[in-house]
Amino acid sequence: MTTAPDESALRMLRQARDRIDRDYAEPVGIPALAAAAGYSTTHFIRAFRAAYGETPGAYRTRRRVERACELLRSVNLSVTEICHTVGFTSLGSFSARFSGLMGQSPSAYRVEAARRGGPAPIPGCFVLMWHAGLPAPPEPAPPVGNSAISEKRSGPAQP
Amino acid sequence: MIMGMSFVSVWVLNQDSAKEFYTKKLGCEVTTDIKLENGMRWLTVRPQGSTGQELLLMDPAHSMLDAATAEQVRALVAKGALSPGVMATSDCRGDHAALSALGVEFVQEPAVRPYGIEAVIRDDSGNWFSFTQRKG
Repeated sequence: MTTAPDESALRMLRQARDRIDRDYAEPVGIPALAAAAGYSTTHFIRAFRAAYGETPGAYRTRRRVERACELLRSVNLSVTEICHTVGFTSLGSFSARFSGLMGQSPSAYRVEAARRGGPAPIPGCFVLMWHAGLPAPPEPAPPVGNSAISEKRSGPAQP
Repeated sequence: MIMGMSFVSVWVLNQDSAKEFYTKKLGCEVTTDIKLENGMRWLTVRPQGSTGQELLLMDPAHSMLDAATAEQVRALVAKGALSPGVMATSDCRGDHAALSALGVEFVQEPAVRPYGIEAVIRDDSGNWFSFTQRKG
């Protein structure tokens, strides 16, 4: 039979992960996420990894890098601006984490994406407005995102 | 000739609270709620006024699955790994505001996509759906 405590624990972990997905750019610490989920930090990290295959910190880094890729492909903000927009506080750690996951620096990634011919760069103000929570421009608006897949890794290809 | 889907199965952790969530929060109506002879509760809902496909809210523990498999499915639902599909809305931003006010969880806020405006919503069990207003 189903063990109820496991499911409620998974639910708390899911909510913590959703919060990382949603508030990836905010400086919420892992201990705060653990506390909100009712765990000690060590236990939280262990339980999160057991459920999702990586630590919450690694998941958040991947989420931020994924958002940075999207912005590098589609928006004419500088690498430094993108670094801060996705929640990194130092350009050094951004470049290191980005290179670690993507195998190349943010600027090299951007050059290559442009060479491959992605969507046309759009004004960065759209992203900054969105980021700041302002209402989006009236339809028709240029796409901010690229696809459901880039936004939600396991998402359907098209609605 | 295949006409389309008539039912989509959605695994839920508790049919009573799922019924509450899909009717009271999402504004669906119950189309069937009966107990079958084999113990399975056949619970279906669909958006008010719709004549299209229905959502079959199924409890894995009372389905055709064996107990061990049912438990695995329930764990997948609880940790948020499953997505039954895409919900179509005529007003993504308006619905997002109204549903958020009711306490419905959104993983992602509405954002402009090449194909329309899309948010990502979770049901009370942990299933996630793309929540999309397609470009007209």
